[in-house]
Amino acid sequence: MVTNDMVEIRWHGRGGQGAKMACLLLAEVAGLEGKFVQGFPEYGPERMGAPITAYNRISEKRCTIHSNIYYPNYVVVLDETLLDSVDVTEGLKEGGAIIINTPSSPAEIRSKLRGWTGKVCTIDARRISEEILGKNFPNTPLLAAVIKVSGALEIERFFTDIEESFKHKFATKPQVIEGNMATLKKSMEEVQVG
Amino acid sequence: MSNCLSGNEAVAYAIKQINPDVMGAFPITPSTEIPEHFAQYVADGEVDTEYVTVESEHSSMSVCVAAEAAGARSVCATSSCGLALMYELLYIAASCRLPITLACVNRALSGPININNDHSDSMGARDSGWIQIYAENNQEAYDNFIMAVPVGETPSVRLPVMTCMDGFITSHAVENIELLETDAVRKFVGEYNPENYLLKKENPLAVGPYDISPYYMEHKVMEAEAMKAAKARILEVAAEFAKISGRHYGLFEEYRMEDAQLALVLIGSSAGTAKAAVDKLRENGVKAGLIKVRVFRPFPGEELARALANTKAVAVMDKSEGFSANGGPLFAETRSALYDLKDRPYLIDIVYGLGGRDLKTEDVEEVFGRLAYITVTGETGPVYTHLGQRQRRR
Repeated sequence: MVTNDMVEIRWHGRGGQGAKMACLLLAEVAGLEGKFVQGFPEYGPERMGAPITAYNRISEKRCTIHSNIYYPNYVVVLDETLLDSVDVTEGLKEGGAIIINTPSSPAEIRSKLRGWTGKVCTIDARRISEEILGKNFPNTPLLAAVIKVSGALEIERFFTDIEESFKHKFATKPQVIEGNMATLKKSMEEVQVG
Repeated sequence: MSNCLSGNEAVAYAIKQINPDVMGAFPITPSTEIPEHFAQYVADGEVDTEYVTVESEHSSMSVCVAAEAAGARSVCATSSCGLALMYELLYIAASCRLPITLACVNRALSGPININNDHSDSMGARDSGWIQIYAENNQEAYDNFIMAVPVGETPSVRLPVMTCMDGFITSHAVENIELLETDAVRKFVGEYNPENYLLKKENPLAVGPYDISPYYMEHKVMEAEAMKAAKARILEVAAEFAKISGRHYGLFEEYRMEDAQLALVLIGSSAGTAKAAVDKLRENGVKAGLIKVRVFRPFPGEELARALANTKAVAVMDKSEGFSANGGPLFAETRSALYDLKDRPYLIDIVYGLGGRDLKTEDVEEVFGRLAYITVTGETGPVYTHLGQRQRRR
């Protein structure tokens, strides 16, 4: 059932950037907070670099709809170059926002958004990730940005729950947890809203 | 125990809780994660299962047939062409009355090659003698797999069970789920103690020998009787399951059918999407409802006819083609089931969702719109059509 208290998020990325992982992680954490969630990627020919889409629904009641999301509240773009080839704001709801991984400011990037007049948020996920994690993993910064911008989850609780999820996910390499937590915190501070 | 799991994770977890004797394992998208997650449980020593990796699905089902004949509880998972490659063995498993449990993660059959969801794989195996139970979501996939074990192993049934869920849509989507305690699951499925099996020294027997004409038909009739007996057993097991889970299952689910005049009959995850459309139409005063078929084999024909008896127009929605030139398999069954009704509703068939073509709530509303038009005009128009495809250029 589509209700006003449901948040729908569409992720655009390229194969290998971790859009799916961020989407599933968001679902897991939202679930820990007692929300009803869906996290699902759209599968096609799987290859590195190909455009991929993933989706989240977060709601107070169980959502039985199992179609893709055509009218999201939020759109997350992990790779700026997708703006040239994918109509990322298609169906984006009025009052929603798009969050883009780019070193540009919201004002600079807006011209590429095919007439989208709503909220534009940017974050230099690559720089943050390279500074803290030493490698380009854009998904963690974008996850933090969408939590901040959407207000879908309570932020303090989010940090506690995601740390638990990281402990589970990175059970064999716990040394990366601290870096990922720092990346999340830094990203929340740096996201620009325009 | 609340959690968030994908359909594949949920079924792998159910298998872990069941702790079967043998798993025949061969990967194929989108079911691969089931043997993959289970392999981790095996490696971590969390189960006692003999995990047999093989070179094909023909072999993974052969492993299950042999193990089950030897008296071992056996499980398997596959999809699409993997199920097709098992085809010969599916009939052998059923006719040897070996209650194997198979998780079928529904995916289109080649060709053209396609990894996404439809029901053409399991529908192709609908006459193989396997019980087929379909899930709408991860919760049902988990519950159905657990219930499948005691259903199949019941002496009056003794048939293999295929539990089906929609590839990717259910198998790869993370959603909330309520898991049972492992002790409760183990108690529910119990120990597998077949009366006879290959390695029982008191009563040595052969399994699967040549059956001559004077006896073959008797064995087929017995198999058919077992499939009929399965219907009642499925409901009994569901009632027992409700006691430990609080979740209730029938042969099908009736959604807002009390006074429904327009109804859908469909299977799987699309039923969830259609429920949202039904809710919206109800808000606008349309008497819409739907029936989600859970058990396709044995087919609940009489029950379905009763449930549809007071409707005016029904759209059966098939997620597999079938190429009968006369509608899909669910339509054929449903129309046949309605034949004995005194006043039959108008009935149309809509083939949809092939190879992962998404079904939106708007599509479902469109189908209900067609049903409403039929009730007003009394004209069904073309009985068997397809939904959601691009129009061919002429």
